[in-house]
Amino acid sequence: MPREITYREALREGLDEEIARDENVCLMGEEVAQYNGAYKVTEGLWKKWGDKRIIDAPISEAGFIGMGIGASMLGIRPVMELMFYSFAYVAFDQMMNNAATCRYMSGGLINCPIVVRGPANGGTNVGATHSHTPENIFANMPGLKVVTPSNPYDAKGLIKSAIRDNDPVYFMESTVLYGMTGLVPSNDELEGGELIVPIGKAKVAREGSDLTLIAHGRAVVTSLAAAEILGAQHGISVEVVDLRSIRPLDEETIMESVRKTHRAIYVEENKPFCGVGAQISSMIMEQAFDDLDAPVLRITSADAPAFYSPPIEKLQLPNADEIVARALTIC
Amino acid sequence: MASKTANPSTVPFADAPINASLTGEQKIDLLRTMVRIRRFEQTSLKYYHDGHIGGFLHLYIGQESVAVGSISLLGEHDHVITAYRDHGHALSVGMGMDECMAELFGKKTGCSKGKGGSMHYFAPDKNYWGGHGIVGGQTPLGAGLAFALKYKGLKGCCLCYLGDGAINQGAFHEALNLASLWDLPVVYIIENNGYSMGTSQARSSAFPKEGLAARAEGYNMAWAKIEGVSLYEIRAGVQEAVARAHNESKPTMLEIMTYRHKGHSVADANAEKYRTKEEIQRYMNEHDPIEFWKNVLIGEGVITEDDYKAINKEAGAEAEASAAFAIKSPYPDESEIFDDIYWEVDNHTEAGRTGRHFFHG
Repeated sequence: MPREITYREALREGLDEEIARDENVCLMGEEVAQYNGAYKVTEGLWKKWGDKRIIDAPISEAGFIGMGIGASMLGIRPVMELMFYSFAYVAFDQMMNNAATCRYMSGGLINCPIVVRGPANGGTNVGATHSHTPENIFANMPGLKVVTPSNPYDAKGLIKSAIRDNDPVYFMESTVLYGMTGLVPSNDELEGGELIVPIGKAKVAREGSDLTLIAHGRAVVTSLAAAEILGAQHGISVEVVDLRSIRPLDEETIMESVRKTHRAIYVEENKPFCGVGAQISSMIMEQAFDDLDAPVLRITSADAPAFYSPPIEKLQLPNADEIVARALTIC
Repeated sequence: MASKTANPSTVPFADAPINASLTGEQKIDLLRTMVRIRRFEQTSLKYYHDGHIGGFLHLYIGQESVAVGSISLLGEHDHVITAYRDHGHALSVGMGMDECMAELFGKKTGCSKGKGGSMHYFAPDKNYWGGHGIVGGQTPLGAGLAFALKYKGLKGCCLCYLGDGAINQGAFHEALNLASLWDLPVVYIIENNGYSMGTSQARSSAFPKEGLAARAEGYNMAWAKIEGVSLYEIRAGVQEAVARAHNESKPTMLEIMTYRHKGHSVADANAEKYRTKEEIQRYMNEHDPIEFWKNVLIGEGVITEDDYKAINKEAGAEAEASAAFAIKSPYPDESEIFDDIYWEVDNHTEAGRTGRHFFHG
């Protein structure tokens, strides 16, 4: 029987299994070991695996992420936690120059099998510095992969794929989703004995025929809620496509859905300017123009830094009502 | 300042065990490597001015003893990483002139297939991890190479080179903290040539009177300052740090005093403005590591002036041959633009075939 576990537990299971599978996999980050993780994703892993595999790093993102990149060149597979993905900006040179371009500049002699994971979301009243959503920024860089699981099943399957991947994978989670529960099969009921979700394969999270909502990360959850309302209250059949990864991108699943429904809205918690939706809507326009019955819309976070005041910040993020209202303008 | 001529009985550090054990042939090899680096770079400069080489060209002329002396101490599990003034280290680890010259010319036969250029030489098969363009950016990577050695239980170390201009980058300080905190077998070698591009040390760095490396005190790390004109002194000083890394898994910060005879890069229009001509000439006369070592070896009776001339001639011919090789080599194909970005794509794996990786056109 599939079990109902949280997104946080699913990630932890994935990490635990990969640590057991490969002696070169180690976790490092601020408070990941003895403190059990700032968001408890790594809870219990230090007790189980000890100092060698689970490493508390000082508050020193450029240092320990750069160190992990260097170690990966010699075959270590570090999984590095950013307490908030916003802190990636402190390590930007290491993440953009060293991890992303060493392979190219060495003519393919080097690869960096690292994972940098952590929550990349707003909506928790922690102010602008802790609420960044850099998925579009990192996905802009060839050489990097950007993964954004929206549910516990994908969180487990994708983190395992990310760790096995031989390229740098930037794995963006959500603090709002950590407590979300979902069905995740236990290994003994799976063919092959483990849950693997390939990077680069989108999922049709809900089938429909009138409108496609395309989303990544937590915006998938919001889109599914909007789809319910649109179906129940407006008789509109909505398909929801969960990208799961932004780069590599499953464009076939997107185009297939748009060709079926003829209408598309990109929903994301990223900012609008040069956001992921800008890329996707451009691709839809180029590849499925004749199939469209309406312009492709984009619903994003407000184009402003994150507001601290809780009731106002809530208004900055996409919500189901906004999606419904925008959908009704094109359906 | 070391004198131009050396008397073997008074050359400091000649009797250090690591030097006393050198055979005459090994001493000649060290000379040959320094001369090859110089001739390689002099040749590259000529072709740069002729328009064959693009971008930057940061020459190592005057500093050759630092890479040659320190890298000569390394063994199977020892690794090297440096910044953008990387030609000397590359030839010291055993990379060939052909692949290095062709890289400058942007050719397919270059060590990085023409994708990296002067600042980005790599040879992982020779434990050489670059060649890094961002000042100080390689210093956490050096800690990481050392971390990997320790993780795998290998007795080795990483020599991580940086210029005196890099010591003020935040990433370097983070790396120092991690290296000391976690007892990583890394040796940071500050090649102090006195200038971070056109800004002198006095105008760029705050440091104790003992020198830049004394900053290591703040990280509870061993350090030493070494005069860099003599291979004997460099080898003796670096060997202590390598032994500390191998035997105690402890880091060291070394400051090796040196001087670049040329500008920051070939494009440095002010190379003789922020330094006086007299200063440059003085160092060229008195702090030329090749001239110094040649005189040591003549003084020891290991070589004659004629032997040196033969080595110099041979190195010059090798450098010219490498330029000829570079000239006749093809440029990369346009189709290679999308190679060497993702390991999974290059290796045609299932992951590399899943999803769209490139978005042009």
